[in-house]
Amino acid sequence: MPAPTDHPITLTVNGTVETLVLADPRVSLLDALRQRLGLTGTKKGCDHGQCGACTVIVNGRRINSCLSLAVMHDGDAITTIEGLGAPGALAPLQAAFLHHDGFQCGYCTPGQIMSATAMLEELRAGWPSVVSDDLTAPALSDDEIRERMSGNLCRCAAYPNIVAAIRAVADAAAPAEDAA
Amino acid sequence: MSAPIELKLHHTMDRPDSDNLLDRTAQGVISAPLDRPEGPLKVTGRATYADEDHPDGTVHGVLARASVARGWVVGMNTAEVRAMPGVLDVIRDPRLLRSPAQGQASRAPVQNPAEIFYVGQPVALVVAETLEQARHAALAIRPDYEAREPVATADGQPCETPPAKQATQGDLDAAMTAAAHRIDVTYTTPAMSHAAMEPHAAVASWDGDRLTVRSSNQMLKHNVAELADALGIRPGNVRILSQYVGGGFGGKLGISHEAVAAAIAARRLGRPVSVALHRRTVFEATMRRSETRQRVRLACDADGRLTGVGHEAWVSNLKGERFSEPVTQATPFTYAGENRVIGHHVARVNQTTAGSMRAPGEAVGVPVLECAMDELAEAAGIDPVELRIRNIPSEDPSTGKPFSSNRLEDCLRAGAEAFGWADRRLTGQRREGEWLIGMGMASAVRVNMLETSEATVILLADGTARVETDMTDIGTGSYAILTQIAAEALGLPMDRVTTVLGDSDLPPASGSGGSFGAASAGSAVMLAAQAIRTQLARRLGCDEAELTLKDGAAIAGNRMTPLTEVLAGDVLKGNGLIKPGKTEKTVRQATWGAQFAEVAVSALTGEVRLRRLAATFACGRILNEKTARSQCLGGMAFGIGSALTEEVMNDPRDGHFVNRDMAEYHIPANLDVPEMTVTFLPDRDPHANPMQAKGIGELACCGTAGAIMNAIHNATGIRVRDFPATVDKLLDRLP
Ligand code: FES
Ligand code: FES
Repeated sequence: MPAPTDHPITLTVNGTVETLVLADPRVSLLDALRQRLGLTGTKKGCDHGQCGACTVIVNGRRINSCLSLAVMHDGDAITTIEGLGAPGALAPLQAAFLHHDGFQCGYCTPGQIMSATAMLEELRAGWPSVVSDDLTAPALSDDEIRERMSGNLCRCAAYPNIVAAIRAVADAAAPAEDAA
Repeated sequence: MSAPIELKLHHTMDRPDSDNLLDRTAQGVISAPLDRPEGPLKVTGRATYADEDHPDGTVHGVLARASVARGWVVGMNTAEVRAMPGVLDVIRDPRLLRSPAQGQASRAPVQNPAEIFYVGQPVALVVAETLEQARHAALAIRPDYEAREPVATADGQPCETPPAKQATQGDLDAAMTAAAHRIDVTYTTPAMSHAAMEPHAAVASWDGDRLTVRSSNQMLKHNVAELADALGIRPGNVRILSQYVGGGFGGKLGISHEAVAAAIAARRLGRPVSVALHRRTVFEATMRRSETRQRVRLACDADGRLTGVGHEAWVSNLKGERFSEPVTQATPFTYAGENRVIGHHVARVNQTTAGSMRAPGEAVGVPVLECAMDELAEAAGIDPVELRIRNIPSEDPSTGKPFSSNRLEDCLRAGAEAFGWADRRLTGQRREGEWLIGMGMASAVRVNMLETSEATVILLADGTARVETDMTDIGTGSYAILTQIAAEALGLPMDRVTTVLGDSDLPPASGSGGSFGAASAGSAVMLAAQAIRTQLARRLGCDEAELTLKDGAAIAGNRMTPLTEVLAGDVLKGNGLIKPGKTEKTVRQATWGAQFAEVAVSALTGEVRLRRLAATFACGRILNEKTARSQCLGGMAFGIGSALTEEVMNDPRDGHFVNRDMAEYHIPANLDVPEMTVTFLPDRDPHANPMQAKGIGELACCGTAGAIMNAIHNATGIRVRDFPATVDKLLDRLP
């Protein structure tokens, strides 16, 4: 076993600077969040990059935090579900998931909402997907949402309501964009 | 504060309900599509699931598992593993489980991991300071085996044929011979996995002789009994907390490896222990739905009237398991026909334990019966909807008992109309470029049940109320509907009612399973509130039937009195208990629906794209239109998985579960699920329970897969009789 890394790493998590001394380099970013920082809003569904329950946003991009070692993120800015909003002060996507019943058991939900948050940014930035008709300016069709959210499994299959929630938020944001 | 005034209302369903309380209350929240009260916690990541509240000093356990399918563990390198960094203990205890407990077992399942029955069976628990250390050390466990030749698959194996599960009526063979049209077909459905998104997990801690386990379980009163029995301790010393359950689908009905292992380890080490199963362990070592082979025989006259119905099923399970997939459960009463055969056969195999998964029986039996009906409709030249309508019996044809209510025809007619069934063309008649388009339908049928359930409702002096029961919410909406029932019955706005669930120290509920949770736990809450209503009426000098409660006030005669005034500082504590009674036996109770599917099948690749699904259901009073609809959407998506993607693959050499992860066991993803519409017919069933509500969550996955398979046939002319309809089964038969 190699010597433990006693260099501390610094993560900015939901705007707060956290210094972690990880005695074990095998700690995934997911387990660092859940077990070391007590941020259990990020879920572990498979621990293998197959379900999306552990999705967080690192430096603006959505990633599966189970597939990434914590020590690789020294200096990174990380947003988890806890950083998006709180009961009584829900972010628009959180409120839309609540209203459209975009969840049932709720276990995949933080991952869905983090993924949707980053996904809307990707679309705004013009990233195409496999279902895009126009590769230079993809439009927000329902299939486009479905495709871009297909990395987040939901066994309760709240999918139709997830699509409705995301669409509601995207549509509400659209006029502001037109004005800009 | 003075001691609460204890009230109670206990009720056994010996006769149909005639009161219909929820139709004469005034608050107007029952059935309303309200948001889930616990929703804000779930969407912000603040709801704490099983492995998310570690007491100080919690250490981690990982199960080491068998790599052979049958035999005995005769040795293990425990000393070597104990010496690894961070390792605290390697536990080989005869109380560890072989299999999780079956639903409602209330006693320990088969224990002692020294004897191996399937690949992936736990053999020991490794505990270490950190998860990383425990995981690494568990992989270093090398058991010595005395291996035996396993029964890898059910193919060609002798079967048990339990006499109580066979039935014959009339002479089916003669009916088949005399029939104008007949179908004699065999279908197979694969083993399936629940794949709830939250893996099974338990965190155990001891305080003296008292054990507390935070776990992910569906039925706490049974789970307490199972865990206590497995550990050899008194049930009174066990507390289980499952406030949020990340999906169950039957896979968390009984106590499983993690709770027993965590409890044993926590006792030995004197520290709290977390055992969170790895996803592969969930697939291999918890439960599966059995694969099935089903022979269906249908005989009808020239007008399509059934004269014979035969449905025989072959399933499998481990030795020592009483459960076997009740494939034909709905067949005895779905369609008419005076000559009938029901068969049930069980093979014993060395594979993952088979248990209940969402709609055990009907989830696989109904789609197959419905595919056979589609074949008969084609043979007889009768529209599939019409064939079903012609064969709806006026009473249960196997027992002669009346139906409590049979809404199948209403569902079929309303569903066909809403879907546009009249536009369906004959087989292979519709093509759009590369795509062959087809429509299919199926009836949906599921038995309806009620289980004993208890709840407490406390009306506080300030006019707020609290609901308490050990019921669980596995995503079904228990928090929402129980709050709505109490608010409706007590005439309170939703925000004045708090519902506390998922703690086995609270009054024992039915638990979540068999689609009986809402009806059972809900009735208990309603009865508890009704006990309070009676007391309030007494205080106001009127009959309970003349009392109107609304927005925190009581209206009796022409006078409105705030509840706080009626309470005058008192706290009213109502205890409600519902028990199944004679209406379980005197009538046939079921829930009904009709499912319609439209598919496009690529003429080039055989890829099936589902275009839309529509279903119409009649399942009693709807308690929350929003959560009920979500249950149905989820159930229908379960059906999509059964029809198109889901299949446990077993290695024919040792039976091991090959595709034991979420990349290879394909549950539907977002893009697999098209537009789906759900319609509820207004419905009440007085025989079901005092709320006249019935089960929903399982009905929605009964039939769906049949509708999709029938749509594939309508598009292509291909009958896939081996579920799911993957590309390989279509490719070389495409027109
Ligand atoms: S837990 Fe990370 S993708 Fe499933
Ligand atoms: S809400 Fe249960 S898995 Fe998505």
